[in-house]
Amino acid sequence: MHASAYEVLASAASGTLSSFWLLIVIPAASGGILLLLGRRADRWGHLLGCASVGVAFVLGLVYFFQLGGLPATDRRATLDLFTFIQVAALKVDFGLLFDPLSAVFVLLITGVGFLIHVYAVGYMADDPKRRTFFAYFNIFVAAMLLLVLGNNYVMLYIGWEGVGLASYLLISFWYTRPSAATAGKKAFIMNRVGDAGLAIAIFVMFANLHTVSYDGVFANVDRFTSGTTLALGLLLLIGACGKSGQFPLQAWLPDAMEGPTPVSALIHAATMVTAGVYLIARSNPIFDANPTAQAVVAAVGAVTLLIGCIIGCAKDDIKRVLAWSTVSQIGYMFLGVGLGGGAYALAIIHLLAHGFFKAGLFLGAGSVMHAMNDQVDIRRFGGLWKYMKITWITFGVGWLAIIGIPPLSGFFSKEPIIAEAFDRPGWAGWVLGFAALLGAGLTAFYMTRLFVLTFHGPERWTDDIKHPHESPPVMTVPLMLLAIGSAAAGALMATPVQDWLNPTVFGVEGGEVPEHVHLSHTVVTILSIAITVLGGLLGWWLFRNGTSLQEQPAGPVVTAARKNLYGDTVNETVFEKPGTYLTRALVYFDNKGIDGLVNGLAAAVGGGSGRLRRAQTGFVRSYALSMLGGALLVAVAFLVVRLG
Amino acid sequence: MEPGYYVVLAAVLFTIGAVGVLIRRNAIVLFMCIELMLNAGNLALVTFSRINGTLDGQIMAFFVMVVAAAEVVIGLAIIMSIFRTRRSASVDDANLLKY
Amino acid sequence: MSTVLAAAGVGAGEAWTFWILGPLAILAALGMVVARNAVHSALWLVLVMLCLGVFYVVQAGPFIGLAQIIVYTGAIMMLFLFVLMLVGRDASDSLIEVLRGQRLAAVALGLGFAGLVGAAFFRALDSRDAIGLAQANAEGNVQGIAASLFTRYVFAFEVTSALLIAAAIGAMILAHVERHKDQKFTQPDLMRARFAPGNYPGPKPGPGVYATSTSVATPGLLPDGRLSDRTISPILPKRELTEAESTPKATEGR
Repeated sequence: MHASAYEVLASAASGTLSSFWLLIVIPAASGGILLLLGRRADRWGHLLGCASVGVAFVLGLVYFFQLGGLPATDRRATLDLFTFIQVAALKVDFGLLFDPLSAVFVLLITGVGFLIHVYAVGYMADDPKRRTFFAYFNIFVAAMLLLVLGNNYVMLYIGWEGVGLASYLLISFWYTRPSAATAGKKAFIMNRVGDAGLAIAIFVMFANLHTVSYDGVFANVDRFTSGTTLALGLLLLIGACGKSGQFPLQAWLPDAMEGPTPVSALIHAATMVTAGVYLIARSNPIFDANPTAQAVVAAVGAVTLLIGCIIGCAKDDIKRVLAWSTVSQIGYMFLGVGLGGGAYALAIIHLLAHGFFKAGLFLGAGSVMHAMNDQVDIRRFGGLWKYMKITWITFGVGWLAIIGIPPLSGFFSKEPIIAEAFDRPGWAGWVLGFAALLGAGLTAFYMTRLFVLTFHGPERWTDDIKHPHESPPVMTVPLMLLAIGSAAAGALMATPVQDWLNPTVFGVEGGEVPEHVHLSHTVVTILSIAITVLGGLLGWWLFRNGTSLQEQPAGPVVTAARKNLYGDTVNETVFEKPGTYLTRALVYFDNKGIDGLVNGLAAAVGGGSGRLRRAQTGFVRSYALSMLGGALLVAVAFLVVRLG
Repeated sequence: MEPGYYVVLAAVLFTIGAVGVLIRRNAIVLFMCIELMLNAGNLALVTFSRINGTLDGQIMAFFVMVVAAAEVVIGLAIIMSIFRTRRSASVDDANLLKY
Repeated sequence: MSTVLAAAGVGAGEAWTFWILGPLAILAALGMVVARNAVHSALWLVLVMLCLGVFYVVQAGPFIGLAQIIVYTGAIMMLFLFVLMLVGRDASDSLIEVLRGQRLAAVALGLGFAGLVGAAFFRALDSRDAIGLAQANAEGNVQGIAASLFTRYVFAFEVTSALLIAAAIGAMILAHVERHKDQKFTQPDLMRARFAPGNYPGPKPGPGVYATSTSVATPGLLPDGRLSDRTISPILPKRELTEAESTPKATEGR
């Protein structure tokens, strides 16, 4: 079935769709041009950067409708450009796949990406390295598109590493700040942990099936033993956790906010961090084959969403609150893909909605920072609604969307995931469901706190701020577009996207009504709206009059949350310290043991040679004497052999 | 008395030549010692020729003489050129071999 | 004589010859090694070679024996003597050994080597009867050697001729002192240089002549009382004279 569809579509891709490799090439070429031309491109570099992504978006739309015009079962287009690697049994094609899942990602990446590019033109206007910034941004878009368009795991891995590189470059974009340089390194190293998992997963696939293509692997999932699928699932999960900042690899994501705000919005909120969700959704046959792996994914999602919420409540840095909320929302997506079945599509829908409202929120935060001299402390904001009306409204839409107030997008995307969680049989359903529900309440609380402290209440500005001002149109227009997206997308996307994805990608037939195990859908809806409103009201009531300007002593829970629930401490104690000690021990061993041995050997040879050198007098007669001695020895040996 | 005595005599002469090479420093005398060693070898060859009843040994000795003549010509020329540059015929003065 | 030569065993005459000339050869060899004077060494070696020549003749090799006497004693040793004359008699060794233990070790190793090799050869050959060259020398020794040399050994023979030519050329190259073209002077050149203005054509005063001291390092005086640098050899370090020293002493009323 798969194979025949493949054959049909390989020829079908000869139409307009046959050129969808342009999606990757255009941003990559633009990035290359910007980097190679150097300062000569300074004046127009940002325009080229925006234009390339805009063109990619238009092309993406064209291909999307092209794909939509195909019959539902044949909505796949593959393109084998050339053989990338051929070594013995290992054959990897540079192959691309354009199917509904890729298509929605392409639209998200290029669409939101284009808006953020436009926004960045204004945001980075004063930065002398704006051209470099856009080059990296374009490279990121190209790598991300390669990630979602590859038709095998190696292509995905190339894109995966490409976005990791772009992320590293952009987090440490202001590398003269030690905090930015450190954050870049931290992100890179923690990502490596995840990447190792993904790489090993690819090795396992190749070792078992001698192929790494999606078609080849998924068609043969039943040939794996259950242990192999579990191992594969967990390895893929490690990769996904690393890229998506999920527990236990969540610590790098909030630190990544050291990068410029558009980077936070595009890479660390809307697109790259959702690559983990994409990976698991794409690998759905593997996870479907092993319920244990699925359960682990769901558990990781639930734990992470709670961690993100709890820490988000205690942070005072506007971007870090948003970062932890990103961690938490991706936790929802992981919960969704971990539940499997129809929830895959729900997770993808939440991913899309999140892409809109979180990008909007980040860009709004950037706009606020722009007005407040790049300050990020929400304790020193307040009362900004009067001065930045557009930012206030768009941020407000994003706020309502993320906490899930109907009819905004967050409600349509998050609430079904909570309902699905409750539908899981046994105690797991209760645990996951309540975790998700609690997360919704906490989200409402901390996002309301953020919103109220930033835009309402008394003005608590630092002295150097006299007249906050609205950002230029080049920044506010993307904000408005994203706000519209956040508001409308949910309702618009909920059912069509589900219908669009489920049959072809996840093999779930439409119209299938899941059996409600614990609570009926209506009850869950009411509960989730109630807890959201409750959390929101609590946040408004507590912070309506502002907050203290300094950090106050607090109880153990808040202290723990302020310290990121000791995640960094755990990393330090469990990995960093032993690593340091191990390194020191190795250095000591290297110095004393290995170097000692080598140096000792050298000294022995040197000393011995020094002594032997004295035998080399340079007198011919000494040498002749040794020759006579040698001749005597030969004669003796000869006689011993002959006579003995 | 046996022809073997000749060979013993050759061994003794050969050894005297070798010891001479070791203890004399004048390059010309040293060269004479080498000639003595060659001659001792020739004596052994001629004796072997007699013991074996073929003339091959004598022919070998003849060739040794020819080679020795060539060798003497070259060797003495080398000694002469060394003497010209270093004003010395002592082999100990030419000890650059160790560098 | 031919019967003696052809004998496989050793006759009484040959034994006498051996016991007289053998020790003489050893003594001469030792004399060559210990003689302080290189010319004496060469003469001792001539004696050894003559003895060996006799041994060759006695051992049925008249051709090789006479070749020994003519080539070795007549040609090679004369070459040695020529070189000794060129190098100078004063090139004799000092008797002090500079290499510690060299003599002792050389003698010890030599005794060991001689004992070992001599004993081994003697043991190996003692019980063996010599075949003798009667049959090989049936048509004469020279004819026998020639027959082998120009048949079986003809290639080696030709190669030795190449060797001799190479040696001759090599000796010429080694003996040749390369001179630069502008260092070659013809007789007219030398005469022109001699009578060129500024050059003193007369014979130069010898070192120390008319000088203030008898040292060869003191330059001679020209008739006008100036010092002449040309009177001392350029290889000698010139003694720097102070003004007082170079002023002629007024012993003769000047």
